[in-house]
Amino acid sequence: MAKTLSSAPVSDRPATDDATPELIDLLDPWTAGLLAWLVPGWGHWYQGRRPKAILFFLCIFGTFAFGCYLGETRVVYASWRPQDHRPAYLCQVAVGLPALPALVQAWRFRDPNLQIEAAERDAEHHARLGDWFMAPPFVLDTELFNRGPANAYEQDQRTLQQRLLRIFNPGQVAADDQADELDLLNKRLNRYFEFGTVYTMIAGLLNILAIYDAIGGPAQSDPVAAKRRRKQDADETAEHAA
Amino acid sequence: MLLAVHINDLWYALPLIVSVSLVYSATRAEQMRPILTQALRFGTWVLGFMAAAFAVLYWLSARP
Repeated sequence: MAKTLSSAPVSDRPATDDATPELIDLLDPWTAGLLAWLVPGWGHWYQGRRPKAILFFLCIFGTFAFGCYLGETRVVYASWRPQDHRPAYLCQVAVGLPALPALVQAWRFRDPNLQIEAAERDAEHHARLGDWFMAPPFVLDTELFNRGPANAYEQDQRTLQQRLLRIFNPGQVAADDQADELDLLNKRLNRYFEFGTVYTMIAGLLNILAIYDAIGGPAQSDPVAAKRRRKQDADETAEHAA
Repeated sequence: MLLAVHINDLWYALPLIVSVSLVYSATRAEQMRPILTQALRFGTWVLGFMAAAFAVLYWLSARP
């Protein structure tokens, strides 16, 4: 297995000449990077950098978990439907395994019948974990209804969507008063929907920094000073050899 | 009045600042001591920047 050594400054001010660089054995950096993506801190644990592993896990997973708590896990979902693009998930998925159930749920909920079953169970207060955990919310496809005459498939889809609307809006007869699940989520969670989204996105972005650290070691705080120090060392070695 | 209602929401920034400061500093150093020192400095800088932005926005919104 390939091993890479990285020099990291021991002091927080590496610019000074007396700061001794510390050699870190990064083992196989790409394995460490993959592990760091899967679970925040795992890559550092694998490299034996245990205090940093614990720090990364607590900070990144803690931020992600708190975001999920604020948004009742509904803020982490994968969707690239025409009526609901969710680019936030591109940041969230950088947390690794904790965000991957959203992909499974997006794949499961392609079937509108499953969405109807889940919504019916939820309406009867018998919802299962898989019915809501990181599940993409039902979003009304308005284009489907504005398209005019529909073929058999589109007619089916319209019927399913109308059925879902009725489940989510019991007692609301007028079409203008009916809201889809995403509207209702935003209404219920209010600003916590945004808070949860921001927390989980930032957790993902922070994990990108942690992955970079697992692959390449800590970044130099002052690259110019480090370069100067290396040049001095090289000059001294050359003088010594001469 | 609106500010008073939403001022409590600012507390949600605090865990984020702590988390971001610690993780960012941890990618610049290896030992815990310099990480914590740098995180404290970075966190203070972020808080100061946010306070300055808040003051400017508040001043702009309070102008007649």
